[in-house]
Parts: sequence; C-alpha cells; structure tokens
Amino acid sequence: MAKRIGTDTVICETEPQILSAAAIVGKKEGEGPLQEHFDVIHEDTTLCEKSWEKAESRMQSEALSRALDKAMLAPADVQYVFAGDLLNQCIGSAFGLRSTNIPFLGQYGACSTMAQTLAMASLFVEGGIARTAAAVTSSHFCSAERQFRFPLEYGGVRTPTSQWTVTGSGAAVIGHGEDESCPRVCAVTVGRMIDLGVKDANNMGAAMAPAASTTIAAFLNDTGTRPEDYDLILTGDLGYTGSRLLIELLRRENIDIHKNHADCGLLIFDREKQDVKAGGSGCGCAGSVFCSYVMHRLRKKELRNILFVATGAMMSTTSSQQGESIPGIAHLLNIRS
Amino acid sequence: MEYVKAFVVGGLICVVGQVLIDFTKLTPARILVGYVVSGVLLTALGVYEPLVNFAGAGATVPLSGFGYTLAKGVERAVREDGLLGVLTGGLTATAAGISAAMVFGYLAALISRSSDKSK
Amino acid sequence: MKPTPGEYSKMTGKASPPSSFVKDMILAFVCGGAVCTVGQLLCGLYQNAGMSQTAARSTVSVSLIGIVAILTAFNVYDDFAKFAGAGSLVPITGFANAMVSPAIEFKTEGHVMGIGAKMFSIAGPVILYGTFASAVYGLIIWIFRLF
Repeated sequence: MAKRIGTDTVICETEPQILSAAAIVGKKEGEGPLQEHFDVIHEDTTLCEKSWEKAESRMQSEALSRALDKAMLAPADVQYVFAGDLLNQCIGSAFGLRSTNIPFLGQYGACSTMAQTLAMASLFVEGGIARTAAAVTSSHFCSAERQFRFPLEYGGVRTPTSQWTVTGSGAAVIGHGEDESCPRVCAVTVGRMIDLGVKDANNMGAAMAPAASTTIAAFLNDTGTRPEDYDLILTGDLGYTGSRLLIELLRRENIDIHKNHADCGLLIFDREKQDVKAGGSGCGCAGSVFCSYVMHRLRKKELRNILFVATGAMMSTTSSQQGESIPGIAHLLNIRS
Repeated sequence: MEYVKAFVVGGLICVVGQVLIDFTKLTPARILVGYVVSGVLLTALGVYEPLVNFAGAGATVPLSGFGYTLAKGVERAVREDGLLGVLTGGLTATAAGISAAMVFGYLAALISRSSDKSK
Repeated sequence: MKPTPGEYSKMTGKASPPSSFVKDMILAFVCGGAVCTVGQLLCGLYQNAGMSQTAARSTVSVSLIGIVAILTAFNVYDDFAKFAGAGSLVPITGFANAMVSPAIEFKTEGHVMGIGAKMFSIAGPVILYGTFASAVYGLIIWIFRLF
C-alpha cells in the first residue's frame, strides 16, 4: 500500500509497472535527434483530418492503441484512462478517446500532464482501484498556435525565449505484469503551484522553473536522497531559459543537478538547426520523449533510477489578457528499472 | 530620387517598429494600433503631411499613412459636410483599403487552408 | 533561499538568450524600405496612367493588400514576415495579413463565426482606434470652425 513520507511524497510499495508506452509525433519532431525512438512519425501533420484539433485527437487514439497492442491488452482490460491536452476543455483527449469505451478521467496540468496522468494511473494501480490504467497526453503545434497565439499564416515574430509546441502524443499503460524488464514507478511527488511573477507568455520556461526546483527539492528532502543517487533528472519542457534558471535556483539551495539534468524540450529538437528558439514545449513534448527515448533506455537498463519531472504553466489567453502572472507546476515520478 | 526617399523614410519608420518588438512586450496588434493613432495625431499636428510630400509612399504605405489618410479624410469631410463629416470622413477616405482587405480576405479563405509551419 | 519576484525577474533576464537586434533592425529597414519603394513605383505607374494622386495612393494600398492576400493564401507570407520582422508588420502589408490569415485559419469554425468574426480579431482594433481618433480630430476641427 502507498505510504506518505515527508511533506509531499508518496512511496508506491507495490511498485506499479509501466507495461508499455508508445509515442506518435509529427514531421519536425521526426527530423530531430530522437528520430529513431518514435513509434510513428506523421509526415502529414493533418493526419488526413479536416481540422488540427481532429488531427490531435487522432494522435491520442493512435498512441493509446499502439501502447495497448504492445502490452497485448484490449481496451476492455483497462479500468481507467487518465488523459489531458492543452486545448480548451481538453477536447483533444475527450474526442480522441471517446470511442475507446474506457472509463475516462480528463486531466489538465498544462505541459505537466504526462507526469500528472502517469502519477494518477500509478496511484490508482498502487491503491488497488485499478488493475490496469492508462495515461495519455498530446499537443499539436497547429492547434496550440491557433488557440494561444496567432493564425498559422500570420506573420508574427517569435522572441528568443519562446518555445515551440511539439506535435506529438505519448501513451503509457500501468499495471502489474510478469515482465521483469518493465520500469517501475516507486514514488510520486505532486507539485505545488509556484508563481514568482513571470507574466511573459513567451517565456514559459522561466515561469515553470521555480515549480520544478520546489518539487525536486521537496522530493530529495522527503526521501533523504541526493541528486547523485539518480542517473537522470529529466524535466518536462523548461527549454534553454528554464533549464538554466532551474539549475541556478537549486544551486541557491545547495543542490547541484547540472551533471545529470536533461530537459525533454532540449532533447527533442536540435536548437541549432531546427529554429525552435528556446526549445520544445507542450504536453506532447514530455509525453513523446518519455514514452519513447526514456522508456527505451529504462528497458535496456541504460537508465536504472530516474526522476521524471514534467512542468506546466497554468495560464490561459484570458488570464494573460487580464494581466495575471503565470503559476508554474511540476509533478515528479521516481522510476526505476 | 523619389525611390530613394521612399526607401529610406519607409525603412526608418519600420525600424521604429522593430525597436518596439525587440525592447518592449508590446503585441503586434498594439503596435499596429499605435501606428494608426500616431498617424492621425501627427497629421493633426501638421507634422505628417510634410513627410508625405517629401517621401511619398515611404510615408503613406506604413500604417501611420493609414492614420494620415483617416485624418485628411475627416478634414475634408468636415469642411464640406460639417458635423456629419466627423463620422463619415475617416472611413470614406480609407474605404478602399478596408474593403479590399475584407473582400480579398474572404476570397483567400475560400480557396486556401492553413499549413503546418513545422517544416 | 527562494528568490523574491524582483530577484527572479533579474535572474530571468540574465538566463534568457538575447535578441539579435542589430540584424533585426537592418532587416526591418531594408525590407520595410523595399515594400515602400514598391508602393512608390506602383504610385508612379498609376499616376502615369492618368489617376489623381489620391486615387493612385488608394490603389497602391489595394494592390499591396491584394498581393499580401495571394501570398498568405499560398502559405508563404509568414516566411517573408519571419525574415522581415517589423519590415512586414508596419507597412499596410501587416494590416492585410492580420485580416487575411485569421479568415483562412478559422474557416473550420464556419463562415459566420469563423471567417466573419475572426477576420477582425487582430485588425479590428486598428480600424476602431483609427476611426475613433479621426472622429475626435474631426470634432475638434468642427468646433474650431464655429468661431
């Protein structure tokens, strides 16, 4: 049974396994450094659908059905699916998964959604509420642009701190299986919202870094461990600016993570060649990187003990227009192999 | 020579916009509004017309020129129609541009769809 | 030690990559200047064809808006804009793109609330405040003419 330690951390004593995972991405992501790890790369990012929102939904349903196939499960074997995305009222998830007939719990954690859904699925399995649960997220560059920024054909200028929304979806299936090579979720830390007054929606890395540093510090404190104990501390989508700020913020608390820190937003694109400014972002960023590259390395035991910390900026176009600052959030999972 | 003048003055007006983009957090819509309102204001103060006479399209093509057209339109309409001209002058003078943007915009929407910029 | 919002704002400034403003300025100058020169060229042509100066200037605006509508419809205007920065935003081309691009983008939401309403989402304020400023100016002239 799950056990609380310290202030914020839950230890999963039954160690729910990530039975399988799948990642679907778009063309640009498929041209990036993680090319070989993705399950499907869609050259046509409309996925032959009539709208970008429909394309995003389709990526989610593809990701989930691939993940289920890999685990040799049918939708009927899954008791709960936790899913979320960036679109208003989470329509990417609702419409993507409506035909699966799996009990559905929509999640909104902005770009932290992969960690949030994984945490929920793991805790449900840990608590015996579900034998098998799934976690799904997605984001699509085009649907995000038209909702949060400008029409695609609008000639806007991107600032150097802005991040590029990843077109991608990640799905993972959690349960207790026979296969010993499946990575195990050993602890979960649900983050608190932290707001240090950043208002610039084109600098979300800066808005999210304080939340990531707070969650990481809380986890290390609760467990009495140090950064050196982990092979990798992987943040969601802080990008260039946010990653620098995270390292600096933790250094102020005498925690040095610069040697084993990596960021999904910096891994998925080649910043030099792909003109993505500060790096990738979006639910699909942490989602597709975790469900492909990170899962592969965990299964091969190249990584044995990692912290996965997806970060989110809890803002909307309305809150921005009303002059609100951007609260950040970060959820952490300790995953071992 | 008139081309050089148009190039230099038009270029400089755009550089002001670039300064606003790089050094302030102003959104494009705010910058465009700023240009049009400044155009009206500068014309009212009698500053913009000499610039138009000097640089031609260099001063009329930037959006401040749109403000200039609005202001000149209202000046003429008030002279000719009195109080009613206050309301009719601006849009009458700029009707060609605004209607063109609406009509062409609608036609463009009929034939085109947006494309993914992730190339 | 958690930083205060003030301290954090300074840290953010330091950690953010700088914008390449010298290059941006040059591109804005050259591209913006070029658009205006095209305008001047067209204006000369129209006047040679017998138009009055006022009519020629309006026709220049219409022509540039037409060109931008075509480039936007063929999905290439944003490439020019990315390169030219304010050089594409400040001329009437920026206004035209601001009306044409949402019309294309929101076609999926229908002809009335999609194309019809969203067309003015960026350019509407420009028309409103321009017209409002001109009305204020007109009222001032009218009052002055009473005396």
